[in-house]
Formats: sequence, structure tokens, C-alpha cells
Amino acid sequence: MSKEQILSSDGLPLEVSLKKAERKNKLKAVALVAPLFLFILIIYIFPIGDMLFRSVDDRMITKMLPKTFAAMEKWDGQDLPEEPVYKGLYEDLSYLKKTKTYGKIIARLNYEKGGFSSLIKKTVRKINKFEEGNYKEQFIKVHKRWGQSEYLVALKNTAPNWSYAKYLKGIDRKFDQDRNIIQVPEDRRIHKTLWLRTLNVAFWVTIFCFILAYPISHLLATLPMKYSNLLMICVLLPFWTSLLVRTSSWMVLLQQQGPINDLIVWIGLAADDNRPELMYNVIGTFVAMTQILLPFMVLPLYSVMKTISPSLMRAGKSLGGTPLVSFVKIYFPLTIPGIGAGCLLVFILAIGYYITPALVGGASGSLISNTIAYHMKSSLDWAFASALGTMLLVGVLTIYWIYNKLVGIDNIKLG
Amino acid sequence: MGNDHFVRFENVDKSYDGKQLVVKGLDLDIAEGEFVTMLGPSGSGKTTCLMMLAGFETPTNGQIYLDNKVISDIPPHKRGIGMVFQNYALFPHMTVYENLAFPLRVRKIPKDEADKKVDKALSMVSLQGFESRMPMQLSGGQQQRVAVARSLVFDPQLVLMDEPLGALDKNLRESMQYEIKHIHESIGVTVVYVTHDQTEALTMSNRIAVFNDGKVQQLSSPDELYERPVNSFVAEFIGENNTFAGEVSDVSGDKCKVKLTSGSEILANPIVAKTKGEKTTVSLRPERALIDPETKMDNNHKGKIEEVIYHGDHTRLRVDLLGNDQFILKVPNSSNRMDIKAGKEINIGWNSVDCRALDPK
Repeated sequence: MSKEQILSSDGLPLEVSLKKAERKNKLKAVALVAPLFLFILIIYIFPIGDMLFRSVDDRMITKMLPKTFAAMEKWDGQDLPEEPVYKGLYEDLSYLKKTKTYGKIIARLNYEKGGFSSLIKKTVRKINKFEEGNYKEQFIKVHKRWGQSEYLVALKNTAPNWSYAKYLKGIDRKFDQDRNIIQVPEDRRIHKTLWLRTLNVAFWVTIFCFILAYPISHLLATLPMKYSNLLMICVLLPFWTSLLVRTSSWMVLLQQQGPINDLIVWIGLAADDNRPELMYNVIGTFVAMTQILLPFMVLPLYSVMKTISPSLMRAGKSLGGTPLVSFVKIYFPLTIPGIGAGCLLVFILAIGYYITPALVGGASGSLISNTIAYHMKSSLDWAFASALGTMLLVGVLTIYWIYNKLVGIDNIKLG
Repeated sequence: MGNDHFVRFENVDKSYDGKQLVVKGLDLDIAEGEFVTMLGPSGSGKTTCLMMLAGFETPTNGQIYLDNKVISDIPPHKRGIGMVFQNYALFPHMTVYENLAFPLRVRKIPKDEADKKVDKALSMVSLQGFESRMPMQLSGGQQQRVAVARSLVFDPQLVLMDEPLGALDKNLRESMQYEIKHIHESIGVTVVYVTHDQTEALTMSNRIAVFNDGKVQQLSSPDELYERPVNSFVAEFIGENNTFAGEVSDVSGDKCKVKLTSGSEILANPIVAKTKGEKTTVSLRPERALIDPETKMDNNHKGKIEEVIYHGDHTRLRVDLLGNDQFILKVPNSSNRMDIKAGKEINIGWNSVDCRALDPK
């Protein structure tokens, strides 16, 4: 049979006329999707790209000390460098002093090696008095550290435009002088604890949410309409209340002179002068986060349970399964898609939770997101905040990937 | 076999809301090995009865006996009653084999014996080779067969079926009806079957319990039910039916005269209405009335054809007869068909035995 082109009735090839007929619809679809696409691009893709970029961007020093680094290229990094490096440094620092922008490099250099702060400050103070020529000697005269090669090596080490040093910092590691990766001193290893605590809190909050949400969802799915609607409203009511209000009300409840502590004392579990701390520690974080994230577990579970026909449990019983066996063998396996969706949702939300741990967590209950916020707002180390954010993002994607491998993402059901 | 009271409902009441009785004082005996169908319109209480028997609903009053034992206090999973549900209720996350093995596994039956039983049950519904399929991969009819096989695999003495064929299309439904009937005949299990489809009930059952308004209106064999309905609800519900409203004007032996509202009188068989002056509805099957009968019949009246509806194997005539313009006649489409046209006057005759004077509607 020869391959014959099928024509439509106006003589055009069928494919062409099909495309023509569909074009209008396609354009319409594109036009409808475009605003959303732009919106996602602007508020989601760009910021994340920018965050990734910032976390590895280390061009600031190179830009601010251009002549120094240009001269350093010829230096082997062993003994003290020659005159041109010091000359470049003089010119760069003089310019920075004139424009009063040298503050920026101090923080960066001091992070690379302690002692740079006073070194730069002292040098900049005296730089106007420098005479032309023989800068090396004059530098060393101002501060003897300019004559120690490790400071200049440290300076040279900041030369690469891209650096993953912030990521190392996020796992309590850093470069030593010879660019080896080492652990930071024991008393400064705070991030590992934070990561572990974040994972721990997210894990247990997910478990608590699951334990609390499963019976509620079952009730919601099986009760007659008029009761289940009321219960549904009770579940959703917190959703319609501001997160801040809910967290603050937990602060009222959990404080040392609060009603829950009063109750504990009244029952006799604790003495009045020895009230337990329920807030500004991990307990507060657990309690408040579980309550706030509960609806995210209830809703996917409910939507899955709603689709399970009650006749399945009846069938199980009529075939001789005790209620427990029927539940374990029939009902529970059918709710797994909902459990997966709920747990994934709660865990991912919990791992990046910010406001609640910030308000009720105190120091021992604060999570990685609080550290990110701290570096964004207080220490202004945006690069580090970005690096932590990226690590969090990668972590979440990894969990998602593992989940997909174990359960299969098509098994998820959100509604 | 032989236990005539294998299943016994004794004065059973059921109410869900405390205001209305769904089942009213039900008394019902089902013999061992029997195929009994509960037939009735929706809301007549038939499914409720089945659920009470299965143990998913408790009677508000009265007792249910299974093999002479009161079962009200036995939870469903200990009753050992097989059940086929309306939507099959196959476990969607289990294969056909696992579905069938479920009742055996919970009974701790060893695997090789269970395998044999599963195999036997599957061959009964001719589904060997489907063991590893998931229910979703099966057609409606196949799912239905799996459900039947699953309800039989653990050799229950009693199987309940709750409108199991409701979701199938007409042809499949008919062939499944025969299949279920044959399975019942070959293994001799007692079946209680619920349906609202009268043809299904007539084809399959040994006896049919017609439910209406929470009560059994009539419990008898299919032919008895069709030929000799005991009240006008049963007559109306089973098969087609022509009715005349009237009043008994004279009773003599096994015949009575009924004066219709149109003024004319017909001879009828006094079933419910037996005394003079009683109001009655007279019921007559369409196929029992003949046009220009050759033999002598004790009712003969003239009617006018209002409408002719062609039905393939027969033609239906809507006739205006004795003031009833909805009177239906069935004429077989044989080769010597007479000339039938709307507007024509015809002679219609029937025997008074077939014309039953029942309770007024």
C-alpha cells in the first residue's frame, strides 16, 4: 500500500488543516497560562536562582581590591610577595578609604582569617601618611602582620569568584590555610545540632500529626453529613485564623503562669514553685507546630478515606475478618496514599517552619529557618543565609525523591 | 438438607430513627438449600432485612435464627455468611487470588488447601488464570464473578446477595442470572437474593418474597406469584396488569359479579373481595384476554383500539374497554395476523378465573 497523504475536503493535507483548526485554541491556552507562568517566574524561579547565585558568589573582595589581586597573580604564595602587590594594596585601600567603603571587606577577610579586622582598620587609618615608593616596608611598619605570609595567603585565597565555603560553614566545616576542609572548633559547631534538631522536630511533628489526624479523618469520612460538616469546620477554623494569633495563643496557654501549668499544678504533677517550662524550648515548638500543621494531615487523609467504600469493611467482616484484621488488611492499606501525602506535606512544611519556633521555641527550640532569618536580618550574611536555604531546598527535594522511590508519587492523593 | 427453618425471621421490627418502621413485624422462613429472593421497590425494607441477617444492622425488635440459633448477638465476622455486595466490594489493593484467599487466611486454612479452594471457586465462575489480576483490570462481569466466587470460597451455608447484578448491562445480567442459578443448583447452598428487578427474581428463585412498606406482601414460587397474586400491590408489581375498579355486587360460589365504575358488570374470581358491597380492584393479565375468542369465555365485551405498538415478537394494543382506556392487550405476531388498526372495534373475551377481585387500590 502506498503511503497516501490524507486530504481534508478543502484540499489541504489533513495535518495542516488540523493544526490550523487547533491554532486558535492553542493560542487561547497559552494566553491563559501566560500570567501564571510570569507570576511563577518572577516570584519563584528568579528568587530561587538568585539565592543559588548568592550562596556561591564571592566576587566582592576581588572587585574591591582589583589592583592587589592583579598583582598577586604573579605571586607564588610561598614567601612574602614583592613590591607590586603592596603597591596595589595601597592604591586599592586608599580608594576604599576615600569612598568610605572598606567596612565591607573587613567582615569578609576576618571570616577568612581572624585578625584582619584590626589589621585593615589600623592600616586604613594611617594610609594617608604613606609616602610614595617602597610600600612593602611602610605596610610592615604600620602593622607587623603585613610581614607574615599567612595573612597574605589568606588574602590570596579569597581570589576565586565562586566559592562553596558558605556550604561548608553550614555543616560546621571550613577551609584551613592550605585549602583543606577541616571541622570548625568544637564550641562553634552549632549548625549540625540545628540541622539534626530541625529534622527531629519535623519527624516527630509528622508522627504526632499522623496519630492525631487519622482518627479525626476517619470520623470525618464516616459520620453523617450534618455532624461531619461541623467537625470539618472545627478542623478548618484554625486555617482561617492568623498563624500569628494561633502561635500567640499557645504562648498564653503554655507560659509558666498559664492555664496548662495551672492545671498541672492543680492535678499535683508539679509543685507550684517548680512549674515546668513548657515554652521557649523544644516542647513549645512541638506542641504549637503539631496543632498548626494538623489540618495539612487531616485534609489529604480525609479525601482518601472519603473514597473508600464502607462496603469494603463490611465485606471484610462478612468474609470472617475481625474488625481489627479487616482494618489492618483492608482499610489501612487503602489509606496509604493519603498518609503519604499528609506526611510529606507536614514534614516539608515543618522542616522550613519559622514563625512558630521563633516565638515559642526559645534558643533550644529554634530551627534552621530561624538561623536563616537571623543571617538575613541581623548578621546580614546573605550569602550564608542563601547557602542554608539552598541546603534546605536540596534536603526537601531529596526527601521527595526518596518518597517517590518508596511509594511512588502517583500514589499521592491530595484531594 | 431438610431444615425448613434454616433462616427464620420472627416478628422482626427495624427502625433507624425511632419514628418510622422500615421493617414491620416480619416473619419469614427460608428452608435449607433454597434460593429466596426479596423483591420490592426501593425503600421497601428488603436490603435492611438482608443487612440484619448479615449482622450489619441490629433488629429493633424480634429475633433472627440461623440454623435454630439466635444470631442477634453474633458479630458479622463470626456468622460465616457469604455476601455479595451491590458494588462487588472487591479489595482494590489485592489480586483476585488474594481477594479469594482472604476469608481462608483469616480462618487459618493451610496454604495448599486454600489454593485448592481458590482454584475450585474460580473454576466455578470460569475465571481460572485470572489469579494475579487486580480487580481494576477486570470487566464489570468478571469483577462480579470474582465477588461471587469470594462469597462461596469458604463454603458458607448461606450466601446473601444484595442486588449483585445491578451495575451490569442487560445481556450480561441475563447470562449472570443463569450462571448464579446454576451455581446454586450445583452446590446446594442457601441463597438470599435481593433485587428490585422482577424478571431477575422470576428467573432465578425457588421462592420470592415481595416486600412493600416494610412487610412481606406475598411469599411464594414465581409462577404462583405471577398467576395468583394475593393483593393488588403484588399484581401491579409483578408483570403487566390491567385493572378495573368496582364493587362486588353478587357472589355465587367461586365467581362474583363486580359492578365497575363505568356501570357495566364483569364476572371475576373472588380472592380478597368476597362479600357483597365490598370495594375491589379487579386484576387481569394482558395475555389472558383474547380478541374474538374461539372458545366460549364467560366475559365478553366490546372495546375500541386506541393505539397499536409494535414490539417485534408481539404487538401491544391499548384498548378503551369498559371505561378503562389503559387496557393493554398482547397479540402474538403470527403469520395469520388479523387486521389491527387504531379506532377499530373488537370483541375481547376472558375467563373469570383469570380475573381476580383483589383489595381496592
